[in-house]
Amino acid sequence: MKKELIELRVNGRTYETAAPPNSLLLDVLRQELDLTGSKRGCDDSSCGACTVQVDGVPMLSCTMLAASYQGCEITTVEGISEGGGLAALQKAYGDFGGSQCGYCTPGFMMTVRWLLANNPDPTEAEIREALSSNLCRCTGYSQMYQAIRAVIEAERKNGKTELAGVTR
Amino acid sequence: MSELSVIGKSIAMVDAAGKTTGAGKYTDDLSLPGMLVGKILHSPYPHALIKSIDTSRARSLDGVVAIVTGEDAPNQYGILPVGHDETALAVGKVRYVGDNVACVAAINEEVAEQALELIAVEYEPLPAYFDPEVSMKAESDLIHPNRPHNIEKDYHHVFGDPDRGFAEADYVAEARYIANEVTHAAMEPHCTLANFEIDPHTGKQGRLTVWSSTQVPYYLQHKLSLVLELSMSQIRVIKPLVGGGFGGKSEIIPLEIIAAVAARAAKAPVKITYTREEVFWAHRGRPRTIIDLKAGVKNDGRITSVACKVIQDGGAYCSYGVVTILYSGALLGALYDIPNIRYDGYRVLTNKPACGAMRGHGTVNVRFAFESQMDEIAAKIAVDPAEMRRINLLKPPTVTVNGLRVLSYGLPECVDQVITRSRWKDRRGKLPRGRGLGMACSHYVSGAANSIIRSEMPHSTVNIKIDRDGGVVVYTGAAEIGQGSDTMTAQIVAEVLGCSMSRVKVIAADTDLTPIDLGSYSSRVTFMAGNAALRAAEDVKKNIVSAAARRMNCSPEDVVLRNDRVWVRDGWRPDSEAAASDAETARGHVDGQILRGSVLQTRKEEAAKDHMSFEEAVVSAIDFHGGLTGTGSYAPPVEARGGKHKGAGVGPSPAYSYSAQVAEVSVDEDTGVVTAHKVWAAHDCGRALNPVAVEGQVIGSVWMGLGQALQEEMVWKDGLVMNPGLLEYRSPSSVESPEIECIIVESIDPEGPFGAKEAGEGSLAATIPAISNAIYDAVGVRLREAPFTPERVLSALRTQHGAKKVEMTAGVDPTQPETFREHGGSLWFRGRGPQRHRADSARQGATMGGAD
Repeated sequence: MKKELIELRVNGRTYETAAPPNSLLLDVLRQELDLTGSKRGCDDSSCGACTVQVDGVPMLSCTMLAASYQGCEITTVEGISEGGGLAALQKAYGDFGGSQCGYCTPGFMMTVRWLLANNPDPTEAEIREALSSNLCRCTGYSQMYQAIRAVIEAERKNGKTELAGVTR
Repeated sequence: MSELSVIGKSIAMVDAAGKTTGAGKYTDDLSLPGMLVGKILHSPYPHALIKSIDTSRARSLDGVVAIVTGEDAPNQYGILPVGHDETALAVGKVRYVGDNVACVAAINEEVAEQALELIAVEYEPLPAYFDPEVSMKAESDLIHPNRPHNIEKDYHHVFGDPDRGFAEADYVAEARYIANEVTHAAMEPHCTLANFEIDPHTGKQGRLTVWSSTQVPYYLQHKLSLVLELSMSQIRVIKPLVGGGFGGKSEIIPLEIIAAVAARAAKAPVKITYTREEVFWAHRGRPRTIIDLKAGVKNDGRITSVACKVIQDGGAYCSYGVVTILYSGALLGALYDIPNIRYDGYRVLTNKPACGAMRGHGTVNVRFAFESQMDEIAAKIAVDPAEMRRINLLKPPTVTVNGLRVLSYGLPECVDQVITRSRWKDRRGKLPRGRGLGMACSHYVSGAANSIIRSEMPHSTVNIKIDRDGGVVVYTGAAEIGQGSDTMTAQIVAEVLGCSMSRVKVIAADTDLTPIDLGSYSSRVTFMAGNAALRAAEDVKKNIVSAAARRMNCSPEDVVLRNDRVWVRDGWRPDSEAAASDAETARGHVDGQILRGSVLQTRKEEAAKDHMSFEEAVVSAIDFHGGLTGTGSYAPPVEARGGKHKGAGVGPSPAYSYSAQVAEVSVDEDTGVVTAHKVWAAHDCGRALNPVAVEGQVIGSVWMGLGQALQEEMVWKDGLVMNPGLLEYRSPSSVESPEIECIIVESIDPEGPFGAKEAGEGSLAATIPAISNAIYDAVGVRLREAPFTPERVLSALRTQHGAKKVEMTAGVDPTQPETFREHGGSLWFRGRGPQRHRADSARQGATMGGAD
């Protein structure tokens, strides 16, 4: 299939690249834009390692045609650090053992980031429900919950929870 | 001040930031200029001769650079010296659906896949074997000609006097247990990138560099050398980040060799990445195991004798099979005090993907049988299952009847801990019907005391280099696969040298740079590479201390290294006011020391010193010794290497970890669904070097055991794996994963680094029987086949009600199907089924798919 020009907004920057119309977003991100943070873990959209946010919503980039998402704001794991340093969530995943081999971690980052943006004080069940879109083979998820609770706790201390409540 | 400053503190992995930011590179994230994509053609037959392969049409496709087949690299290899039965690509014969036939290297994936369609392979199907108990009676059409009756290996061990033991028993239990096949399903599919450099002197292909998702870079270097007929010095293996192994990357996976063979033919870098389905075919998982177990006990629960017959469905190649079948027998010992053991193990070949090493290698399925049977016996003789375990505890230090040396033994405390935490005495047997508690124990080696390739070489070696900047660089061949080996290494070195973790940089698993380490398997890294790191750090510390003693005018024994400072014991206190003001300067570099030689240094030296910064000490050591390097290595002590009988090499370890678990489950008697609510897991890891990492390993092991207990299972039809995806395989998601409470027990092993032992595998084996025993406590049915799926639970409940037993899972592989079934599970075969021998009755009347 012949390549066509596409323009993607990724992590706040505009990229122009050429790809066949049947190219998947994951392949374009990894191979054309060299953003290899998003991973491929399966053949059938079951694992969630490729999760990116499209206009703030976590989606599986392995089953999305890149050309269809021109004009959307795409965020990958490379775009979530804060001020060049680790975001609270990234730091907490490291400190609490939420990441072991780390292959699923970029996908979890995108899912949890969405969860906390939309539900700053989730219940245990809501956290489990949200995380069920992504698979991990190392951690048994337990230490991820600890990391997420630590982030929530830290944000509460900073008063951000209330702020988020107001804007919502 | 506590005894230790870095060890025993929970810290983030040294590579954590790379993983949470996406900056860390796994093999598939790498690319080279001019890199080609490799794709492998797989066999649609479970067992067939290859009559011919015609690649001419594929070769003429634009964009195809090279096509390789078995003839391009016919040398046999295998992870075990006794099992060299694999070739890079099939030579003359395929042995399972998914076996590797040819590889195309092309400019992109699309062209490579098109080319696969154009390769014409003519097969002559042979009768296939799927059931190990049928296969081991085979007289003809053997899977490997030099393995009569398709038996890869059988062992018959007798320790003590089992017959007398049974005669002395008050009660003897006997039953058959089956554990079905599971696989690692690490999140990262296998990937290998291979590249040859042109040799400047010969002008031809010279050195080979391979980047691969492997747990065993050194073994990969060795096998590449065998197959490609290159000397090992011409091969460099680099392990980037690895996205999980669990044993699935602990041997040479076909694509690792194929990528190098294809790169040689294409004269360009070639990268091959498996699809998830290909990962299932590469497999090397835990074999379907049939265990006939017999145990005799006295009325008080004391075990008098155990007889165990194990048949493992090994798949088409040896892989780690000989070791697996030996572990299954050897690890009957070293957990409890068993005076008499008979073991008969059969590793059988079948026409399915090869099984290999998987977390808890060899012990898991037998442990399921054993711990279940103990529970059955406890019920029969009316002894509390926890008491039953206590009465059979070992009395270390000891050597078991089958030659395993046990020194540290935290099992008694593990049992106590889980009983207390789960309120076992108040709740077990007293919960409402449908809810129950179950207990089980397990153990595992901290590395094998004998290496796969028997030799006197150290199992691990670590080098350390410190330069004038005060940076400590540690070179280790140990393979970080997410378990934290790099962090463990850095912690041990930082502790010994009394420096901060941020000073220590670990360079790991690059055969050009790092000394030989056997790799990450059999839970050997903390014990063996950790001991090597400890010795290397002590080696380098010796030189720092001698130089510092000279400068501080004290004896070397009085030099203290700690918190990035060096001082004379009793002469200066790190918590004094002077130390606080010193600390400011200590953080920076020492003026002039690096570029301007020792001008300032000399002036400082004139003053009497009773303390200095780590950098100052390092610089004076380099000035004094001319350099600052250290080396340490580890080989297990001779006393820990086991007995003399045939097969005695497998099982012995310098130390064993211990685990006790209690699981709480509920069973829905209408649907047969078992829900695990909580697992209390106490694990004796010797000493927790990094508690958060130990907890992660224990929880992860228990979780993986839960998967095998309740839902994970490879389903086969006609030799084709029917559920080669993470959802169909049913890897548990967060909503299916219960709370796991990890309790760390520290027995401080006399030989482990800072007392540490294994943490990453030992807990898995206890989980499956703990669940099975909890189901018994909940509804009174005994499940002897894992996983305990709703079908099996319902079937058992029906029998309990007096209804006719329905074998709902009968007819599913390994028994041959009566009618040919369409295969919808495979992406590769696009809905077509694999093909079977024409004489196979199952084939009659079926519509055959074409050969891909």
